[in-house]
Amino acid sequence: MSTTTIRKLTMARAISEAIAQEMERDPRVLVWGEDVGAYGGIFGATQGLLPKFGEDRVIDTPISESAFIGAAIGASAEGLRPVVELMFVDFFGVAMDQIYNHLAKNHFMSGGSVRHPVVLMTAIGGGYNDAAQHSQSLYGLFAHVPGLKIVVPSNAYDAKGLMIRSIREDDPVMYFFHKGLLGLGWMPSDDWAEVDVPEEPYEIPLGQAHVAGDGKDAAVITIGAMVPKVMAARDRVAQEGISVEVVDLRTLVPLDRRAVVAAAQKTHRVLVVDEDYRSFGMTGEVAATLAEEALDYLEAPIRRLAVPDVPIPYSRVLENTVIPSVDAIADEIRALVK
Amino acid sequence: MSTDSMPSDELVSLYRTMCVIRTYEDRLAEIYTEGKTPLFSIAAGPVPGEMHLAAGQEPVAAGVIVHLRSDDVITAPHRPHHFAIAKGVDLKRMTAEIFGKKTGLSQGKGGHMHLFDPQTHFSCSGIVGAGFPPAVGAAFAFKRQGEDRVAVAFAGEGAANQGTFHESLNLAASWHVPVVFVIEDNHYAISVPKERSTAVAKNSDRASAYGIPGVYVSGNDVLAIAEAAEKAIARARQGHGPSLLEIETTRLYGHFQGDAEAYLAAGEKDEWRHLDPVPRFRDYLLHSGRMTPDKDQMLQAEARALVDEAIAFARESPDPDPADAFTDVFANA
Repeated sequence: MSTTTIRKLTMARAISEAIAQEMERDPRVLVWGEDVGAYGGIFGATQGLLPKFGEDRVIDTPISESAFIGAAIGASAEGLRPVVELMFVDFFGVAMDQIYNHLAKNHFMSGGSVRHPVVLMTAIGGGYNDAAQHSQSLYGLFAHVPGLKIVVPSNAYDAKGLMIRSIREDDPVMYFFHKGLLGLGWMPSDDWAEVDVPEEPYEIPLGQAHVAGDGKDAAVITIGAMVPKVMAARDRVAQEGISVEVVDLRTLVPLDRRAVVAAAQKTHRVLVVDEDYRSFGMTGEVAATLAEEALDYLEAPIRRLAVPDVPIPYSRVLENTVIPSVDAIADEIRALVK
Repeated sequence: MSTDSMPSDELVSLYRTMCVIRTYEDRLAEIYTEGKTPLFSIAAGPVPGEMHLAAGQEPVAAGVIVHLRSDDVITAPHRPHHFAIAKGVDLKRMTAEIFGKKTGLSQGKGGHMHLFDPQTHFSCSGIVGAGFPPAVGAAFAFKRQGEDRVAVAFAGEGAANQGTFHESLNLAASWHVPVVFVIEDNHYAISVPKERSTAVAKNSDRASAYGIPGVYVSGNDVLAIAEAAEKAIARARQGHGPSLLEIETTRLYGHFQGDAEAYLAAGEKDEWRHLDPVPRFRDYLLHSGRMTPDKDQMLQAEARALVDEAIAFARESPDPDPADAFTDVFANA
């Protein structure tokens, strides 16, 4: 029997450990992006990689996102497996053509003959007053484009297993880590995400939701940094006798539609909570899945709570108004079971 | 200092601008720590979020903007305060915005990286390289409307590796519009040194690819900057087309407040501090007899008073109403 070493890790540590282990296992895995070297990634996701693997495999890039993200397309087609970081999801606009017309589509357009095993990772989310160009989630935008797999971990254990799986995928994966889950000392951080993580490498398959909490009166389907908030709201309404099931989707593409339907079958009342914009996004897709496949099980209209289609404001009082809070989630649950 | 051609009162005016900027940035650096000790949290205190300060980069703003009119356009990057101050953005409303208050330039919706002031035709963005194309567009509008206005796009040296930089230079040259591109070379794109990210030593050399003048100004010297900017801006205003300036400068604080700057070599920062442009210019003015010590004291006191007044206004201003979060998404809602 092998012995398994388990430690508590922050999500940032779990991500950098996953990348390091894959780099050790597979010399084709390289990391590049802005400030991933000496700085260790602005959010610590590449911490410790430069001293371990050197400048040939951990590469600081110019602020030339079209070029360095596009370069991952060519490099992956010719034998490398790049993990590319772009600091904030808000910054992807400048490189969108390389992503949504090429990285996402080449496999399809080539009849399956061209593969792009690329992980594009980036930080998402608000809650620290960084305003409209540094606080978005936006994974719904990328999930909308066929050909990109979309990973949004909520805790360190999932973060490691999902990163290892993402690197081993032969498809492009976009990996979104929420700044407030990483365990950064300088950022409001949810300790909930800092959990036991085995030292050994392990995979979590993409497309498998996780039931984060059992319940019978209602189900909340959510993802990423909303998971700990929903869990806190669940504790709060439990004191009022409301039993809530919590489904952490973990990936948007593939979407675990069976888990979505199962939650409706079990509890008959569903709330969908997201930190991305409300319209045309994750909450709408989950609600549509419920309407298509689980309408007969529902005893109340589906409810949705997400950023209400406004850019993320700077001022604290305004930001707190638009990002779903534990209070707002608890109120939505109460309204759902009424 | 490189020139004696400027009248003394203009030189002192440049110095005054630099003093206000330095006073402002140093005060913000202090205020930014409020509520963030003993444990630093980016979201805490009266001024939360990222904070990119421009102390050390005053000569760029003062030396270029002294040649601009209030109806000329500036697009600025994520480190915007020195440009805004030099352009004459209302310091009280700007500070209130940085404090997230209802009296701010954007009623608290924008914050320090997203300052908009249509009165002085000033804007900035948190996205690197985002200001080049809008500056070309503003210049196009001036040409189209027969106005002798000029647009200036400021950005850091890291931004010169963005596609928008090259596309904008080409577009401006081919449209022959009155825009000046100004690159602040503070040597670092966050942690990445220029020589590790940029294929040429001087971004100003890149102007030759687009058939426009490119000038490098070394030494963070406000007079040399003012001289080079005067030519570029006059050229644009007279209808002779765009040009590119790259200006060597120094970032005396980190990339953002809280940046430990572990990527810098030991002693690297001390060298920059040694070249601090504000005391250097003050010494020049005093030693050349262009400014008396009394005048210096008076200007510094004025700068402090101006900054104190702006900060008091911001602190005393009310927060926005929560419902304000839902307005302004569209002009015609």
